[in-house]
Amino acid sequence: MGGRTLFDKVWDAHVVEDLGDGEQLLHVDRHLLHELSGHRGQLEIARRGLKMRNPELALGTLDHVVSTAPGRRGAPFAERIVATFRAESAKAGLRVHDFGDDGQGIVHVVGPELGFTLPGVLLVCGDSHTCTHGALGALAWGIGTSELVHVLATQAIVQAKPRTMRVRFDGLPARGVGAKDMILALIGRLGTAGGVGYAVEYAGEAIRALAIEGRMTVCNLSIELGAKIGMVAPDRKTFDYVHGRTYAPAGALWDQALAHWRSLPSDADARFDAEHALDCSTLAPQVTWGTSPEDVIGVDGVVPDAKPEALEYMGLAKGRAIAGTKVDRVFIGSCTNARLPDLREAAGVARGRRVAPHVKAWVVPGSQRVKREAEAEGLDEVFRAAGFEWREPGCSMCVGANGELVEPKARCVSTSNRNFVGRQGPQARTHLASPATAAASAIAGEIADARRL
Amino acid sequence: MEKFTTLTAVAAPFPRKNVDTDTIIRIERCTGTPKEELGQYAFEMARKDPDFVLDQPRYRDAAILVCGEFFGTGSSREMAVWALAGIGIRCLIAPSFGQIFLANCFQNGLLPIVLPAAEVDALMRQAEDGRPFEIDLQRQTVNGTLGFEIGARRKRMLLEGLDEVGLTLALEPRIAAFQAADRERRPWVYAGVSNAHRRAE
Ligand code: SF4
Repeated sequence: MGGRTLFDKVWDAHVVEDLGDGEQLLHVDRHLLHELSGHRGQLEIARRGLKMRNPELALGTLDHVVSTAPGRRGAPFAERIVATFRAESAKAGLRVHDFGDDGQGIVHVVGPELGFTLPGVLLVCGDSHTCTHGALGALAWGIGTSELVHVLATQAIVQAKPRTMRVRFDGLPARGVGAKDMILALIGRLGTAGGVGYAVEYAGEAIRALAIEGRMTVCNLSIELGAKIGMVAPDRKTFDYVHGRTYAPAGALWDQALAHWRSLPSDADARFDAEHALDCSTLAPQVTWGTSPEDVIGVDGVVPDAKPEALEYMGLAKGRAIAGTKVDRVFIGSCTNARLPDLREAAGVARGRRVAPHVKAWVVPGSQRVKREAEAEGLDEVFRAAGFEWREPGCSMCVGANGELVEPKARCVSTSNRNFVGRQGPQARTHLASPATAAASAIAGEIADARRL
Repeated sequence: MEKFTTLTAVAAPFPRKNVDTDTIIRIERCTGTPKEELGQYAFEMARKDPDFVLDQPRYRDAAILVCGEFFGTGSSREMAVWALAGIGIRCLIAPSFGQIFLANCFQNGLLPIVLPAAEVDALMRQAEDGRPFEIDLQRQTVNGTLGFEIGARRKRMLLEGLDEVGLTLALEPRIAAFQAADRERRPWVYAGVSNAHRRAE
């Protein structure tokens, strides 16, 4: 028998029943809920007279519709959603990390941060960027409302086994180039449908060298590669990251867990259905020019002669350098890039500089804990002194579900993960980039290369 | 769930690639609009174009969408499927679909059909001609001769209008047995959030 992949090992440990025809019923170890998809599922389960089966294996937080303005007065619709989520959660015995609590924030920041996400668990959430949690060696993917109801009622999910892909990031990126640039470059290469039907394992020297937060950035954009699942084999860094967190196992349970986690990395002779490699040593910081994450070039590059509709929407001319394009808004936040190292990276660029007068720049920490730790380091002061707005944790301008939008035709450099038409608001123009590039662009008032500031 | 057996209907050509679920239904419509009312907001922004395909008289009653590559990419919002159902769409044909969108279709009695690009192109031309399509799920055919693949379980669920939650609840003893055995193998999983320990390490 050939070796097994990380994915195979975690998958196999969760099979409750083979349903035939390639589909299996899998046990869900961890279910994360946020107020927007969560409350819909809760109302539906109540309507059907069903009960949440295992509230102790689930966790809730607030992120999508809550205001991130200092003082946060939410819109009436948001207040209603949050109130419903609180009430239904209390009835079900679901623990919710509410305002004022370290665990309030973007689900994909909070899960790992609280030690709720663990290596080797199967985790789902009603949100497509659940692939983020694969960075710890969890098997994690996003689900729709009906599947969410299914998980609430049964603590299990039906799934057809995907094929496996391994992507090796070889070499080490140069200074000023990081996780966001690596994954954007990969999506540029393979396209947004490149990973359809696959569970992707990210490997190679550059992945090993990344901090856990950087690995989360990489795994976060798996869905933009078309893959529901992206994983990184757990290693020493992973175990150190998890150890001592709020919901992480302790004592004898920790030792048992650790023994299991050490057995998870893909065997040396494991076979993947597809393999790709990308050399990171020559990468430039990446920035998108179009309306799909695959429309990406180096920040020192030129707008290509492609996708005329996208260029028109973005208000860009082919053949012109992307750097120097005037920007109106900068958004540093989202489940892609709102963790402490991301904020440090941006603050490193912003320190001692000023945001261009015509730019409105926001920093939205991923969680209350991130916010607290950033403030303890004085990052909030660095940002404020430079003219950035320092806000409360939530999804904010990544999707604008709370009404925080980019104005029509305004151009925004954003550290989030989607630059779709209208994603940040009707007619808004989004350029995806790293925290360093976003901060540099805020300072320069135009798309800028942080290495040349 | 509504059953899907056969469908004879007009198909609308929608060749755009990478249509994301944000485009199918805007986020503002996902935060309070009842499921039954989502249809009126399907493709809300695209519909500002007076030539939008679904607003052309010949496609008003279309129940089938012939789509470009990778339809339904992006956000997991099931409201995208509910909005399509709300304008009467029961079947989508494309070379590939966003994976979460695909799962959401099956949960709502919509049939997503994956076919090779060349065949989708041919169907796109037929849709432009306005000739109705015939979909037969039992025989797994489009227009009598063109075959498509679908898993046997998903097929049965659609044909009989079965609800997955109900099916899985019938397996409750298996889930309980799995958890009992797994508690021995991986006890650290089941500590869950019930015994959070805040330690000063
Ligand atoms: S930050 Fe953006 S992508 Fe992430 S969960 Fe929130 S809305 Fe979704």
